[in-house]
Amino acid sequence: MMALCSNPRMLATVRGAVEPLAETLGFPAAQCRSIRLAVDEALTNIVRHSYGNRPDRPITLYFRSARHRRGNSTEQGLEIVLCDHGPAVDLDKLRGRPFDELRPGGLGLHFIHEAMDTVEFTRKGLTNRLRLVKYLAEARKDV
Amino acid sequence: MQISVRRNHKTTIFDISGDIDFANSPEVRQSLLREIRESRVPRVVVNLSGVRYIDSSGVASLIEGLKASRDLGSRFILFGLSTAAREVLQLSRLLKVFEIYDSEEKALAP
Repeated sequence: MMALCSNPRMLATVRGAVEPLAETLGFPAAQCRSIRLAVDEALTNIVRHSYGNRPDRPITLYFRSARHRRGNSTEQGLEIVLCDHGPAVDLDKLRGRPFDELRPGGLGLHFIHEAMDTVEFTRKGLTNRLRLVKYLAEARKDV
Repeated sequence: MQISVRRNHKTTIFDISGDIDFANSPEVRQSLLREIRESRVPRVVVNLSGVRYIDSSGVASLIEGLKASRDLGSRFILFGLSTAAREVLQLSRLLKVFEIYDSEEKALAP
């Protein structure tokens, strides 16, 4: 578990923890980098959109080993849950922009979806909860 | 993250090192746009060989630099992309939008 504040300066610290964790679990280097990117983008979204760039709001990250039954085998993976206490997120806004537009912004959500097998947003009480899972086996996208 | 600028009458080269993320991409954006608009040289080159990490806000800063250069009729060139930076531009479907070279020598070739 990591308890942070919403200061953008903490992003580097989290990146520095996530990539080695993914490495330790056996993810190949490219997937370690993409998981690092996904978590960084998710945190950036919380700082920007959930907390409106206020640097002193709480963010909690939980890291767990994930298991998923698939046929006769079990996939191992990494589950990361990011929690914040910002206003409820408008799910209609949780979409990236089309790639054919050459303009800044809107790429972070694409990166998250590209990197992770599961991207699940829920609101419980006053908490926004974003659950990201990546499995070690060949990626299977949860729709 | 650090940015320095080399200039001559035809080219501006930005040397960027460190991670480009949401904490410092506004500085990258501001530096690129100010220099591009003030120098108005025909070629703007960004050296990313010292950049180990770039996020979507960093990519957005590069897009803004590209658009500002295009508006002034300048070329906007990247070189020295790390594996991580190349992967992010690939994910953004932007590898073919930017003019990208492996080395400074190739980026500065006529």
